[in-house]
Amino acid sequence: MIVELGHYALVLALALAIAGGTLPFYGALRGDERLMAIAPSTTIMQFVFVAFSFAALTHAYLVSDFSVLNVVENSHSLKPLLYKITGVWGNHEGSMLLWVLILALFGALVALFGNNLPLKLKALVLSVQAWIGVAFLTFILATSNPFIRLLNPPVEGNDLNPVLQDIGLAVHPPLLYLGYVGCSISFAFAIAALIDGRIDAAWARWVRPWTLTAWLFLTLGIAMGSYWAYYELGWGGWWFWDPVENASFMPWLAATALLHSAIVMEKREALKIWTILLAILTFSLSLLGTFLVRSGVLTSVHAFATDPTRGIFILCILCLFIGGGLALFALRAGTLSQGGLFAPISREGALVFNNLMLTAACATVLVGTLYPLALEALTGEKISVGAPFFNMTFGPLMVPLLIAVPFGPFLAWKRGDIIAVGERLLFAFGAAVLVVVIGLALMGFSAAMSLLGLALAVWLMVGAASEIAFRIKLFRAPLMESWRRGVGLPRSAWGTAVAHFGLGVTLLGIIASTAWNTEIITTMKPGDTVTIGSRTLTMDGFLPVSGGTYRGTAVRFTLRQGGAVVTTLEPEKRLYTVQNTPTTEASIKTFGFSQLYVSLGDIGADGATTVRIYWKTLITLIWLGAMVMAGGAALSLSDRRLRVGAPKPARRAAPATAVPAE
Amino acid sequence: MLFWIALAALTAAASLAVLVPLGRPAREHAAGSEAASIYRDQLDELARDRERGIIGPAEAEAARVEIARRLLKSDADAGKASVATRRGRVIAIGAAIIGLPLIAIGTYLAVGSPLLVDQPIASRAGQSPQDEVQDLVRRVEEHLAAEPEDGRGWEVIGPIYMRLGRFDDAARAFDNSRRLLGQTADRDALYGEALTRAHGDMVTADARAAFERALAQDPANIRARFYVAMALGQSGDKEKAIVAWNALIAAAPADAAWLPTARAQLATLQGQPVPAAPPAAAAAPGPTAADVAASASQTPEQRQQMIEGMVAGLAARLDQAPDDAEGWARLFRAYIVLGRPQDAASALSRARTALADKPALLAAVESAARENGITSN
Repeated sequence: MIVELGHYALVLALALAIAGGTLPFYGALRGDERLMAIAPSTTIMQFVFVAFSFAALTHAYLVSDFSVLNVVENSHSLKPLLYKITGVWGNHEGSMLLWVLILALFGALVALFGNNLPLKLKALVLSVQAWIGVAFLTFILATSNPFIRLLNPPVEGNDLNPVLQDIGLAVHPPLLYLGYVGCSISFAFAIAALIDGRIDAAWARWVRPWTLTAWLFLTLGIAMGSYWAYYELGWGGWWFWDPVENASFMPWLAATALLHSAIVMEKREALKIWTILLAILTFSLSLLGTFLVRSGVLTSVHAFATDPTRGIFILCILCLFIGGGLALFALRAGTLSQGGLFAPISREGALVFNNLMLTAACATVLVGTLYPLALEALTGEKISVGAPFFNMTFGPLMVPLLIAVPFGPFLAWKRGDIIAVGERLLFAFGAAVLVVVIGLALMGFSAAMSLLGLALAVWLMVGAASEIAFRIKLFRAPLMESWRRGVGLPRSAWGTAVAHFGLGVTLLGIIASTAWNTEIITTMKPGDTVTIGSRTLTMDGFLPVSGGTYRGTAVRFTLRQGGAVVTTLEPEKRLYTVQNTPTTEASIKTFGFSQLYVSLGDIGADGATTVRIYWKTLITLIWLGAMVMAGGAALSLSDRRLRVGAPKPARRAAPATAVPAE
Repeated sequence: MLFWIALAALTAAASLAVLVPLGRPAREHAAGSEAASIYRDQLDELARDRERGIIGPAEAEAARVEIARRLLKSDADAGKASVATRRGRVIAIGAAIIGLPLIAIGTYLAVGSPLLVDQPIASRAGQSPQDEVQDLVRRVEEHLAAEPEDGRGWEVIGPIYMRLGRFDDAARAFDNSRRLLGQTADRDALYGEALTRAHGDMVTADARAAFERALAQDPANIRARFYVAMALGQSGDKEKAIVAWNALIAAAPADAAWLPTARAQLATLQGQPVPAAPPAAAAAPGPTAADVAASASQTPEQRQQMIEGMVAGLAARLDQAPDDAEGWARLFRAYIVLGRPQDAASALSRARTALADKPALLAAVESAARENGITSN
């Protein structure tokens, strides 16, 4: 009964989405407030129903109800509890349900906390959100229904793909979807504004918290996916420019651009049309990402052709929303009024530069991702566009952008003084030069390129810190006053500095782990020892391991430094018996920010084992930097002025006195 | 009943989501006030920026004028009155009371299975004969892990894997039996079927090759003919596929379980509406195990022997120590699951003889037999 009620709740959510997409929309066009007022309640109930449906499916997984086809295909009664739960979204149908759940969640959040929105805008935004819901709920019910039942349930399930039985992949999709789907809100705001014909600074402020939230989760989701690939796939790489990764990276680039252009729009009412376009493009790229990953088009264009129902359905959704959004944009963009003026050297100018570079980089990734697909579809030739392409195109676009990042926050609005800014950044420049000089003295000219990269990272980090130091008059005023100024500085300013600092941290990790990594691939027998820098690694022997639905072999290694035992490592090779799939579990030990990574290859009959050993300098900084960036977004999100939900727009005008001195 | 009540309650909740806001009195509210408050806030912010030196004095003044202009414009927008029409309200009420339930129930009846109850594994344990299958599978798997070159073992476990839906394992098992026991039309066809099912009912090149080999040895092999016809359809060779299906259907016994699937395939190829097929047929497109058992010529002698071997241990133990009602029950279920009711019946007679003087045990055995639908002969 629970399963069927969950199924019915999903259908009801569709019916409510249809109602919520039409009635308030009609009301908004006619100016009927009664009808507009329906939007929040249908949106919230739609979320309740989808959540109930999701809970019902989860329940079926928990109790291993094999009368549900989806549970049979992706679960097993012996699977650990955690992976029974994560198995819900470890497959196509369940992950689409999660997608819709998050879509409904964002809608409900706007309905609940959007009290400061004008009624008409809110009704339109929620209607657009409901249309997206209608499209995806129909997609689920028509082609990817997780509630299909079996008359004769089999005894056991097929188990989840072992590669997916991992905590990293358990949290990766929800985070990524929070990011992808979060972009739908700025899309809905953009469409609503185009329909309403009114786009102003207030619009940008209403949209910003939602874009920030989406960006925050997208950042975490991509970082988590990268870390998962690093430790689970056993190759020691953390980014492969794989189409699936690119699919999540493109919305991130676009959302980063959107975030920055929305600031200009909010402060100066400039870049309006561009911001609207970016909002549409960002969500389009999210949809494209969903399409690329979900339609099977990536594995092979031909796989897509043999079972085209799902792919064609998503393609139609894609055309409808992207095409519809862009058509509406083309129709109405001319009617939008232009905003404030600014000089090229100004905060606005810096943000325009940021947008140009980010969109160009995004276009590069798009070409690199889609070109092989188009080529295969047209000529049947299969090529892969890999790291060399992206390093040659994406890299050069990023360098000027990264050099420019510390300048931006220093520049004044409307007209900036580049020389004064240069003076304020002297310290950061000095720090970067110092890194190069010391590095050259220690390592010689062979490391020059890596050192320049390192200098760029230092420039970013010190530059971000310099901005805060300047704003709070550190060392130029008494410490107490600096403290007072620091506390009074808006959180969004702190957020900017922290996020830019995090970018530098990530870059530092990328440069250091690429330039100074040690890689040893060798065959070892029990008793053999290899030397890694100042440490030695000895292979002790084999031990059997088993658990849940796998059994396998672990190899124990002992790491010693100067004869003393530092730690032991036990990488494993596992065989998941239900699906008969082998996996490799690397063993990773962290030393400071660096990591030792040991992974097993083939184990020979005589105990001779292929072992891959990597020493990755400062590699954890890549993901820590991403977390710092997300932290910056969270700080900015907590800014009083952006806080959503405070239903006090009317009162806000009067008590300007309550604003803390900044 | 409870299910339908819950269904009605959910539907009512959905309708109320539309109806409740309609009934609420219209709020006193001035359009544009939200934007105005943001602009006032921005003026404050501008003053703070000016203080902190983020914007120059002349630029700040220009920006102040810009914001003030926006503020005035938003004030001008304010005060546009709302038009609450009767018509809009009627449409909304109609949608909530009639449209929404119609869409929901209609869609649900099309895609849902309202009559199927939940079947969590905990409530199924011990009830179903499938636990016995699981037990048998485990024992055979252990045996095969120890002696992987035992072709007969692979041959036995293959069909059971098929029934459990473990098609990849079944393909491996049939491949092994083919390799170890030698090729026959039947083994090739079974191997091909397992491959096909493992690939979501797509006849792959490997599977097709297996069926062609089977037909080369035995042109009458139903299973191979069935899947070759399917392969022809899938590869777009329409005319040949239609000929093949027609030939198959013409020669089929009227009660063959695969007939509805064959007819559906034929209808699809001919562009006709697909005749309604029972869902069970859709779940198993190929000839079922029952068909195989019915055509005795297709069932190799060895398989019979092996099945004997699998349950022989249990049967022998029970003959020596018959005081084990549960053991008998397991034996019955094993026989029934493996499609051998006659052995189950003879086991029942043996149990009756052995337990003639122990009425309590015998009653338990009798009831187990009844549960499994065994009648003595």
